[in-house]
Amino acid sequence: MIRIGYPSGYWGDDQAAPSRMLESAADLDYLAMDYLAEITMAILKRQQERDETLGYARDFPALVEKLLEDLVDQDVTLLANAGGVNPESCKDAVMEVAANADADVSVAAVAGDEILERIPGLREQGIEFDNMDSGRSFETVADDLVAANAYLGSFPIAEALDEGADIVVTGRCIDAALAMGPMIHEFGWDPDQYDNLASGLVAGHLLECGAQVTGGVFLDDWEDVDFMEMGYPIVEMDADGEFVVTKPDGTGGLVNEATVKEQLVYEIKDPNAYHTPDVTADFTTPQLNQVGENRVRVTGCEGTAPPESLKVSALYRDGYKAQLLLTYSWPDALNKAERADDVIRGRLDRADVALSEIRTEYVGYNGCHDGISPRPEDPNEIVLRIAVKADGKEAIDSFGKTAIPIAIAGPPNVTPLVSGRPDPEPVLSFWPCTIPRDAVEPTLTVESTGVN
Amino acid sequence: MLELREIAHARSGDKGNIANIGVIAKEPEYYPIIEEHVTAARVKDHFGDLCEGEVERYPMQNIHAFNFVLHEALGGGGVGSLYLDNQGKTYSGAILRMELDVSIDTDD
Repeated sequence: MIRIGYPSGYWGDDQAAPSRMLESAADLDYLAMDYLAEITMAILKRQQERDETLGYARDFPALVEKLLEDLVDQDVTLLANAGGVNPESCKDAVMEVAANADADVSVAAVAGDEILERIPGLREQGIEFDNMDSGRSFETVADDLVAANAYLGSFPIAEALDEGADIVVTGRCIDAALAMGPMIHEFGWDPDQYDNLASGLVAGHLLECGAQVTGGVFLDDWEDVDFMEMGYPIVEMDADGEFVVTKPDGTGGLVNEATVKEQLVYEIKDPNAYHTPDVTADFTTPQLNQVGENRVRVTGCEGTAPPESLKVSALYRDGYKAQLLLTYSWPDALNKAERADDVIRGRLDRADVALSEIRTEYVGYNGCHDGISPRPEDPNEIVLRIAVKADGKEAIDSFGKTAIPIAIAGPPNVTPLVSGRPDPEPVLSFWPCTIPRDAVEPTLTVESTGVN
Repeated sequence: MLELREIAHARSGDKGNIANIGVIAKEPEYYPIIEEHVTAARVKDHFGDLCEGEVERYPMQNIHAFNFVLHEALGGGGVGSLYLDNQGKTYSGAILRMELDVSIDTDD
């Protein structure tokens, strides 16, 4: 049995969670951490364009510095997709931290996921990269592409561990791979042991959003969850693919069948066929059983062969957006906000501001559930939210200049929710597409500090 | 009449412009009620203009749940969406407001 902790669900998650987990959880074998959202890849790509040694999560080496002593003492292997678009440089930075601390560790970088520069050549070979959701042709975004990475699977990570890595940094891989790599390495699961791989995937899926499986965003009985000292999840995986989801003793949060069920359904489409590079898992097969306090056993996962293509995470420049937020108070808060919206839209029309999209919401009424939530009878305050999108920055500037005077020359009892004119924010939109598996070659480099 | 929230809990999220909502029966005996009353057509109707595309429903009997996949439901999705909730994180709350023409005895 191996124990894998997952103290980070996204870049920006609780910085103290990894060390708290090392302190509070006995006998951990692996710590896995997710850093990469789709949008992160584009931000990191821009950083790398300015400085070729950047393009990874820059706070990761500092985190390694903080954790290193405990990792070495407790013999815990660390895995993170903190490599972003530049896993090699991330590895170098981690090596430097380890060498400075006189720690004898091996660091691995898994890469090969980046395909941005290769796309023109691949298209000449007949790979389309058309939008897999909308069917739109790649031609329409070809010139605006800013990042493109194939989602790698778990086997390159397992290989890094086979080579003796103590710390593994990767670029874009499926989030669950950071947990599955150690299982494949430890138990020697073969690429065609689909039921075991499906178990690993389900475990990884439950772990990959950190505290979301241990009571975070839990909708059933959320009042009973201690969010203060949130316990992050641990999976205890057996060689045969049966596992327990739990959290360190003495921490907050909650693990029961209901918290695990909620995370099992999180961000899935057809549960009968959850496609990944390693296996197609059937999420209608796992059986859940509470086997102790904050312990849920998962058994019976089944899987079949993975698809022949890999998903690609691509982003393209898609203009700018901005939002105006004005609070209106009682009496007649909602009527005032609606009147202000009318006037602002009228002025925008008159000034012929070139917006491609405009949306109005009344926070306190329909900001979240537009068309579903009932109109409140007499709310004390309503926030008018007008969000706009345009191809150019100039139109966004005009929107601000045209809309803002409403604060004085409009309905009364108004105070801005945020100060100043709305800032144009560049929009990088997601372009989901696929690439044939054999067009992507994962790479692995392992290096040791050789101290001692 | 009963509100779906009395017999189910849920979690929602996004995949681009697609929102998914997993609706989980609080007790196994509530699963058939959800099966009968919370159809894909009913969910499509409930979300109105918020969901411009089709709604698919997938049973997950192993956990007494149904997964609803709402196409074109997030104003374009991702950072390009102008929705306050561009990732559908609050849609699990929205579905639980649904009223079902059923009467049952719940414990609480």
